[in-house]
Amino acid sequence: MLSFLARRLVAAAATLAAATVVVFVVLEVMPGDPALLMLGTEARPDTLAALREQMGLDRPAPVRYLAWVSGLLTGDLGRSMTYGVPVAELVADRLAITVPLAGLAILASTALALPLGLYAASRRGRPGDFGVMAFSQLGVAVPNFWLGILLVLVFSIGLGWLPAGGFPGWQAGIGPALAALVLPAVSLALTEAAILARVARSAVLETLGEDYVRTARAKGLSNRAVLWGHVLRNALIPIVTLVGLQFAFLMAGTVVIENVFYLPGLGRLLFQAITQRDLIVVKDVTILLAAMVVLVSFAVDLLYAVIDPRPKAGS
Amino acid sequence: MRKLGLLAVAMVAAGTATGFAGAAHAQQRDTLALGLGLEPPHLDPTAGAAAAIDEVTYRNVFEGLTRIDEKGSVQPGLAESWEVSPDGLTYTFRLRDGVTFHDGTTFDSADVKFAYDRARGPDSVNAQKGYFAAIDTIETPDPRTVVVRLSRPDGLFLFNMGSGDASIVAPESAAGNGQNPVGTGPFRFGRWVPGDRVVLTANPDYREPGLPHLREVTFRFIADPAAQLNAVRSGDLDAFPIFGATESVALLEGDPQFQVVAGTTEGETILAFNHSRPPFDDVRVRRAIAHAIDRQEVVDGAMFGYGTPIGSHFAPHREGYVDLTGTYPPDLDAAKALLREAGVPDGFKTTIKLPPPPYARRSGEIIAAQLARVGIEAELIPVEWAQWLEQVFRGGNDFDMTIVAHVEPLDLDIYNRPDYYFNYHGDRYAEVMAELERTVDPAARNELYGQAQRILAEDAASGFLFQLPKVGVRRAGIEGMWDNAPVPANDMTEVRWTE
Repeated sequence: MLSFLARRLVAAAATLAAATVVVFVVLEVMPGDPALLMLGTEARPDTLAALREQMGLDRPAPVRYLAWVSGLLTGDLGRSMTYGVPVAELVADRLAITVPLAGLAILASTALALPLGLYAASRRGRPGDFGVMAFSQLGVAVPNFWLGILLVLVFSIGLGWLPAGGFPGWQAGIGPALAALVLPAVSLALTEAAILARVARSAVLETLGEDYVRTARAKGLSNRAVLWGHVLRNALIPIVTLVGLQFAFLMAGTVVIENVFYLPGLGRLLFQAITQRDLIVVKDVTILLAAMVVLVSFAVDLLYAVIDPRPKAGS
Repeated sequence: MRKLGLLAVAMVAAGTATGFAGAAHAQQRDTLALGLGLEPPHLDPTAGAAAAIDEVTYRNVFEGLTRIDEKGSVQPGLAESWEVSPDGLTYTFRLRDGVTFHDGTTFDSADVKFAYDRARGPDSVNAQKGYFAAIDTIETPDPRTVVVRLSRPDGLFLFNMGSGDASIVAPESAAGNGQNPVGTGPFRFGRWVPGDRVVLTANPDYREPGLPHLREVTFRFIADPAAQLNAVRSGDLDAFPIFGATESVALLEGDPQFQVVAGTTEGETILAFNHSRPPFDDVRVRRAIAHAIDRQEVVDGAMFGYGTPIGSHFAPHREGYVDLTGTYPPDLDAAKALLREAGVPDGFKTTIKLPPPPYARRSGEIIAAQLARVGIEAELIPVEWAQWLEQVFRGGNDFDMTIVAHVEPLDLDIYNRPDYYFNYHGDRYAEVMAELERTVDPAARNELYGQAQRILAEDAASGFLFQLPKVGVRRAGIEGMWDNAPVPANDMTEVRWTE
């Protein structure tokens, strides 16, 4: 188990190190001068030079790479070129929206998808199964941003129950803040739930064919006890894998929904930073996202061990 | 299904809370929420070109010696009056008395000298450093007098000193203005929720009694046009001065709750040619393109009918404007004849680089179709601003044609700059520009503006398309907002609710 963990950690670190190089090189090659973008068409050459020096762009690339990576290692993310504030502050503000949003979406999607998947599997081939599968097909087909616009039309413009978008900040109180996240979270959750419900259904179906399920049934256990007690646990591996992937995807993938609901989340920060050529923010956020994906898959690996405690081959 | 039921209950509960908040907002009516398409990178108008900085801070937070009003005229700002010497070289400004910065420090002539010296100094990161280039010396004989001597006459000096770039900042606070702007205006900086909003609150010590009318102004940043529409319709916003969802304006026009306002801007939208690349160095080809373009069709198709066609590089609402839209009227036969004369009877292949704004992308599609009628096959290349600046605007000159709105006011001189991206040059034009620089008298200046416009039009120096409109929406009952945008600004000083 320990050596399994160690190997996983080394792989994670190597992935991140490679990511820093890729991100840095890509941004070096990308056209666009941040200083020119900041000062616009009327800028004079001496003004541009002054600003480039202020931004530290006049140093050679290897020096900037090393400065950046050593900053990352010591927890210093640097200062945003456009906003002029520490990147750590910017990112923390944005995470305070994106993490709860992604979390709510995953929670809602799992809460919806698991029972639906189990239900469909237990009614295989019957009308209930078809109903769930039809819902899931629809959910996969409907793009989340379109669903978001639809929800705004109904709940904000039509009924006036929820804000059409924006985020008042957690300091405005938990009620208004959560209210701002409800529609975006539901838009995200329904699509994810549709996918998850299908995976849950097929995972459960596969497990239902196993010998130990027949044994359990033979022991006289009720259908429900077999499903929740024996089948679900063994069907969890593909489900947990998918939930992990979905969470990692949502951290960066909320950008479209953040645009629809004009939420100042991490995805929009990254998007703005790219168009503004705020290179340091782009680099930091990309690495942060990479780190989160690595972390999530690491956590999923650990969960495998918890779900299925039998020792791994070769450990 | 029980889960769905629970979700609906949660949504209703959360909705009731915000519903009450909305009602309270409606009763007070001394606050206003405005939408902007882009968020300012920071709030220091003297250190960046982003229009969004001025759209939040101009006159609200920061003021200059002069100020530009809604019509684009120069008005007294922090200077209550001024005198210009007959040779146009010495400007003596008399400053207002009793003005303080928001941090309590007093405003006097030393602040003016500091602000101007900072803007023209070697470490300056002012996006319009050129505005200060003519300044030779700045003297402060007493706290309420500033004497600025120029090394050459500058007909636009008073106008330029009214721009956000020439805002008066104090030595005590200048360095922090990006995050915590400290000015002399009717509103103080309240708070900034990055990515979401900037809140300004009324300055109780503002020198004009009774102003501003509003207690609080919130600027919210919404880039997506569909989201802009939703925010206005749901009542989250009271106004969107530069509304991105032009295609949905008709929806709001019929609704008595809203006013739709179509104003003007300083943005001449042009199809710019790279004069250093054949065949655009040939005036016959440029004239052929001018004949091939149907401006009204572009305005109708790309701008939903908003925007005034222009025949030269000059804003129709300004004094001195000459209507030259008839110089090369839409005429496919004339265009084909000119192309034959130029030795390209079958047209040619070329490209148009299009920056991100919808006006550029949509106009590009229509113009490409119009050019195709005379055999010119224009490939459309969408680019980001960063790429546009590097490939089109700066030295690289890696373009054939591009569509862009030139928003600087009275910017005829760009056709006379040797290294400007069009690479245009005209001897007669250069003479007119030199004369203009020496001329201070308004009537004589207007005459010269007319000459310059004619030369550009006849030479088909660019494909002149339309004056960029400012289409805004606001709730009924809001009074005092600008319809036009002579400078990027949302001056909220005299804005109020009438109902």
